[in-house]
Amino acid sequence: MIEIKDIHKSFGDNEVLKGISGKFEPGVTNLIIGGSGSGKTTLLKCMIGLHHPEQGSVLYDGREFTQLNTEERIEIRKEIGMLFQGSALFDSMTVEENIMFPLNMFTDQTRNEKLDRVNFCLERVNLEGRNKLFPAELSGGMKKRVGIARAIAMNPKYLFCDEPNSGLDPKTSIVIDELIKEITEEYNTTTIVVTHDMNSVMGIGDHILFLHEGKKFWEGSNKEIAKTDVPELNDFVFASRFMKAAKDKL
Amino acid sequence: MNFTNFGRYILLLKAAFRKPEKWSIYLKAIFQQMNFIGLGSLGLISIISTFIGAVMTLQIAFQLVSDFIPKSIIGSVNRDSTILELSPTISAIVLAGKIGSAISSEIGTMRVTEQIDALEIMGINAPGYLILPKILAGITMVPVLVIFSMVLSITGGYIGGTLSGAVTAAEYIQGITTDFNPYTITVALVKAFVFGLIITSVPAYEGFYVKGGALEVAQASTRAVVISCISILACDYIVTQLLL
Repeated sequence: MIEIKDIHKSFGDNEVLKGISGKFEPGVTNLIIGGSGSGKTTLLKCMIGLHHPEQGSVLYDGREFTQLNTEERIEIRKEIGMLFQGSALFDSMTVEENIMFPLNMFTDQTRNEKLDRVNFCLERVNLEGRNKLFPAELSGGMKKRVGIARAIAMNPKYLFCDEPNSGLDPKTSIVIDELIKEITEEYNTTTIVVTHDMNSVMGIGDHILFLHEGKKFWEGSNKEIAKTDVPELNDFVFASRFMKAAKDKL
Repeated sequence: MNFTNFGRYILLLKAAFRKPEKWSIYLKAIFQQMNFIGLGSLGLISIISTFIGAVMTLQIAFQLVSDFIPKSIIGSVNRDSTILELSPTISAIVLAGKIGSAISSEIGTMRVTEQIDALEIMGINAPGYLILPKILAGITMVPVLVIFSMVLSITGGYIGGTLSGAVTAAEYIQGITTDFNPYTITVALVKAFVFGLIITSVPAYEGFYVKGGALEVAQASTRAVVISCISILACDYIVTQLLL
């Protein structure tokens, strides 16, 4: 479980996060949603230590991440898998080398054992046999899937996904969403997905945190989101014509 | 570089020299970088050094018109200028352009495409993994390239001098073998070591802290080459002052 308490983060005079708290349970897909500039990616980066919050704490199963020294942080980071918005695959490495990279760094497995793990991860994301391709030879959706394969290579306890659907067509987005949900349930990971995609919200949002102007405005599940009377959330959820039409029909 | 940047540069170097997660992976990266910096620059250094040696011989011959000065002096002057200044400094400036821009744009692109964030999230010391192999390769291969440059430059002087008739082969060889002080080689290698550090670490710093996109990566690359060249010239003066 990951718990955040009263997170504050500013860039110069711009206060991006204004005291956000929340709990993210394992085995369910936790979503952080909000419009552009609402602070969701900044919150994610504070949680994984890429930004340092001025105030507040981040607890990984009770371990206070913000107070740890570099070595202790590295130990927690080995338990984290991350899917980046742009996939962040290493350009100079093949798909196989990308997935094998954390295994090479942190395990003493033999090459065959590592290869088995790579093939298992690739199979899990439906990319069998693409081992020798370079990232430049992959489509956007394939890159995301390789990103997921790399993220799960070390059997992470915590899985973070930053805008996993950005730049993908609706069909591929659903594939990625379902993959994230399956992995979360299968391995009981604490999964946190940052998104503004309403298909993801309605499809996999077991637990949703809605941010607006750096504050938490609402918390609940995808079943509750349509019934909310929070105006900021309604403006966000029903901003698209499709969602508006769906609401009107209801 | 202002003081803030200098402080961040020192902290980045400190982080780069932290204990590697796995030596075998770092060693592989070091050899790859040695191949890139050393073998990859050999052609360019060879051409530049040979021509500089040849031109130096002709220019020294042009200036030494007095009958009281033996022509073998041409070889001596060429040898000492080459060893003490031209080979280390010109090679370093050329390498700063070639290698520095490559290092800065490689690391800068990794930064803007979140590949460095990915390394850090995995628990890998990104400065160590990305910068340490480059620095170690730089401080070992730049001295090797400088020695190579010295040999080729002196050989270039011989070829240029004898082909043009500015000096005879015997006079030139007599010049380069007379009153040779091996300490000049030590000074040149110290310079090469320092330049190797600058050529790799300054562009790595510029690339590592780049923010933005393609334009900023290109700007960082340009800045890296400019700062490297100025640092090379400043350190050239300091090392010369300290050692001679």
